[in-house]
Amino acid sequence: MILDSKIPEGPLAEKWEKHKFNVKLVNPANKRKYDIIVVGTGLAGASAAATFGELGYNVKAFCYQDSPRRAHSIAAQGGINAAKNYQNDGDSVFRLFYDTIKGGDYRAREANVYRLAQVSVNIIDQCVAQGVPFAREYGGLLANRSFGGAQVSRTFYARGQTGQQLLLGAYSALNRQIAYGKVKMYPRTEMLDLVMVDGKARGIVTRNLITGKVESHSAHAVVLATGGYGNVFFLSTNAMGSNTTAAWRAHRRGALFANPCYTQIHPTCIPVSGSHQSKLTLMSESLRNDGRVWVPKTIELAKKLQTGELRASDIAEADRDYYLERKYPAFGNLVPRDVASRNAKLVCDEGRGVGASGLAVYLDFADAIKREGLNAISAKYGNLFDMYAKITDENPYESPMRIYPAVHYTMGGLWVDYNLMTNLPGLYATGECNFSDHGANRLGASALMQGLADGYFVIPYTIGDYLAQMPSDKVSTDHPAFKEAEQNVQAITNKLLSINGTRTVDDFHKALGQIMWDYCGMARNAEGLKFAKQEIRKLRAEFWRDVKVIGVNEELNMTLEKAHRVADFLELGELMVDDALNRNESCGGHFREESQTPENEALRDDENYAYVAAWEYAGEGNEPILHKEELKFENVKLTQRSYK
Amino acid sequence: MAGNNPNAKLMNLTLKVWRQKNMNTPGQLVTYPVKNISPDMSFLEMLDVVNEELLVKNEDPIAFDHDCREGICGMCSLFINGRAHGPERGTTTCQLHMRSFRDGDTITIEPWRAAAFPVYKDLIVDRAAFDRIQQAGGYVSVNTGGVPDANEIPIPKTIADKAFDAATCIGCGACVAACKNASAMLFVSAKVSQLAMLPQGKVERKTRVENMVAQMDIEGFGACSNTGACAAECPVGISLENIAFMNREYLTAKATSENVA
Ligand SMILES: Cc1cc2nc3c(=O)[nH]c(=O)nc-3n(C[C@H](O)[C@H](O)[C@H](O)COP(=O)(O)OP(=O)(O)OC[C@H]3O[C@@H](n4cnc5c(N)ncnc54)[C@H](O)[C@@H]3O)c2cc1C
Ligand code: SF4
Ligand code: FES
Repeated sequence: MILDSKIPEGPLAEKWEKHKFNVKLVNPANKRKYDIIVVGTGLAGASAAATFGELGYNVKAFCYQDSPRRAHSIAAQGGINAAKNYQNDGDSVFRLFYDTIKGGDYRAREANVYRLAQVSVNIIDQCVAQGVPFAREYGGLLANRSFGGAQVSRTFYARGQTGQQLLLGAYSALNRQIAYGKVKMYPRTEMLDLVMVDGKARGIVTRNLITGKVESHSAHAVVLATGGYGNVFFLSTNAMGSNTTAAWRAHRRGALFANPCYTQIHPTCIPVSGSHQSKLTLMSESLRNDGRVWVPKTIELAKKLQTGELRASDIAEADRDYYLERKYPAFGNLVPRDVASRNAKLVCDEGRGVGASGLAVYLDFADAIKREGLNAISAKYGNLFDMYAKITDENPYESPMRIYPAVHYTMGGLWVDYNLMTNLPGLYATGECNFSDHGANRLGASALMQGLADGYFVIPYTIGDYLAQMPSDKVSTDHPAFKEAEQNVQAITNKLLSINGTRTVDDFHKALGQIMWDYCGMARNAEGLKFAKQEIRKLRAEFWRDVKVIGVNEELNMTLEKAHRVADFLELGELMVDDALNRNESCGGHFREESQTPENEALRDDENYAYVAAWEYAGEGNEPILHKEELKFENVKLTQRSYK
Repeated sequence: MAGNNPNAKLMNLTLKVWRQKNMNTPGQLVTYPVKNISPDMSFLEMLDVVNEELLVKNEDPIAFDHDCREGICGMCSLFINGRAHGPERGTTTCQLHMRSFRDGDTITIEPWRAAAFPVYKDLIVDRAAFDRIQQAGGYVSVNTGGVPDANEIPIPKTIADKAFDAATCIGCGACVAACKNASAMLFVSAKVSQLAMLPQGKVERKTRVENMVAQMDIEGFGACSNTGACAAECPVGISLENIAFMNREYLTAKATSENVA
């Protein structure tokens, strides 16, 4: 298989314009003859579905929640980047491109990232036109902030609820098309298989989560916008239902899965409080603009903090180690996420962590409150402080927050070309579900940008190019390929329901999460990864022998839903480990202990690993097949990232 | 692993939970004793524990809606001890923690009750009526592309902030559940106000309010009798002012209707 990224010829800055001109167009009168399936209605899916409807295509859209307004995009707090340069502080399309490529540790495609930076400006215009209430200055113009260590202020935000406001904007555009009858919405419906007819993606098989009914849907193209797979770790900042099932079932049908080991572990989350923990809550990165990260200088003091003998305020200034400020004087507390997370792990591994478990560091606002006053800090972070207090029962205005890294975002995903099409003709992937733009590490406020760029401004053009070249004839859902896929879904369900073992689905999920966190988390090494692979295989075998799923298919059965998802996580987990083992270098969120600088920073190996690792499914029990897409850098110079 | 508070005392509780097999079968409250609940657990984590125990006994777990567990998606929807989202103000069910209860407490858990929100199973209701109201007009009619530069529409900060406050509605339905008439006025008015306040939304403000209110009536939500129970129970503090604002919008729109149909 040759991986063709289909990057257009020509200078970087002209590629997208030229490509838009070169793509074939579907005649306006013909658009209504084409059907498009969009699975997932978060930012990436809702924006695409609405835009397809506006263009005149017939759209069927699916989500597992009871309403598209609840996709996990809703939970994004911090903001969305755009190269508007409204602040006149030197931002530009090229600078956003450069920061994103560098932030991704030179493991993303230049052409995709440049296009992302280009269309970023249109996103803000679109959202404002929809009535998204972004933060504003007293003069009435839009406000910006610097986010995640960017040296310019290019982040647009709506208090701490940017994702919510953007999603409600996309949801409103989607609603308008639903009302017009151009989009048919299927909430509480889960995609469980992809249907390929004559080598092209022509539909999906779904399960109605209320009635259990298994149904086929036929179309001319299928777009997956089903979000990230961070829940493979069980504990993450994702929603409880976030899953890999749609992407994984497509992978089993032949779609390549790229860079699965690139996981972003976010440095500022509320630490685990006990074995009952069901998910982790992010405290927005924006807090690092004013909060100072520290732990005590000695293990002895840390012990006393852990047992409650001392409180943070008892530790004298001279006994505190503001380790990020000490190690990275230029960036201080604002180093990129992967660096901040790894350093938190390092100090906790040394025994200097705080909180009852010793797995936490302080994020302290005392200086900021002294400098700016309580009201100013409350105006900036009030809702985050309240959320923290609700969860932990501690007041962050009085004592420092305790934070610890948690799984947050997955840079890996389905492999797509420049047109966002997977290697399967007619199957597209957008948003967090694809692997495209963030390389080995995503910068803050760039996922919302990517989701909306893909959905509003990229795929509406590129999908037309594909559809224009195919006849509008429809495939009936009576076609044998649909029947085979339905039977496949039914067979998995029957199998899950018939095992009637002794261990619950959650129990298996937690066990998988622990393996992933211990061996494929913030630091990885060959020995641990090999061990993890064996452990995952054992766990998967045990799952299929001993899982307990009760009830029937023909009802609302939450255990069955979870079992389908966890079955896929148990396969994906192994692929992540394979990928991490193969990539014998450190880059971005992937830190191989064998590959570090004398100062313990990630050490890339550009000579051997400047490629995208795209994995092909080779059937049950067989080792996956690796395909490499070489990354060419013509506009940036590869440098060792340094935030000293 | 130790909790936030190493000395926290574990609690024993009695749950009375609404169990209903499906839409066509009547439901009833079923009693479950639960033991060793940490005050640091969230309310839903407590239910997770109960469900794991039920499963092991081959009993159907309690079905409830939830997803983000961060108070923002609006999916969780429990009526706890007679109150939408439970006893804490400004808190969704998923953000409620067990430290709000005492050892020995009896906790009654029911679904949202409203004719327009039929029960699917146990504590899960059908809230599609809310989506249909939004589809009736909760948008600005702009297509993707061809819009002006964002800063060509300056908006006074005070107005932008007010619109934002209205826009924070999470669509949970607690306002309906809390209202003795099962009125959806707070939910509908939040969207109407947000868009009517902003210049982008002004063009369609009359048809929007007429169509959204008409859909609200079709769905079978009750009338508003100004008791304010909705705003008191709203987890994100949507203000009653929005209802007053919408009533004015509606009267103006009706008086000079642009609806041609
Ligand atoms: C807590 C948190 C805070 C964040 N903050 C920021 C931020 O400040 N800035 C930023 O840029 N990024 C942020 N991110 C990242 C960003 O929010 C996400 O990457 C992005 O919103 C993902 O959007 P999406 O449309 O790809 O997926 P999602 O919004 O997750 O949507 C997935 C959709 O797929 C559907 N779906 C999934 N599986 C199936 C299936 N099998 N069948 C049918 N439907 C299915 C779901 O129902 C849903 O509609 C944050 C992420 C988290 C978790
Ligand atoms: S107004 Fe408040 S209570 Fe009603 S749906 Fe919105 S957030 Fe929920
Ligand atoms: S689960 Fe999302 S608001 Fe409670």
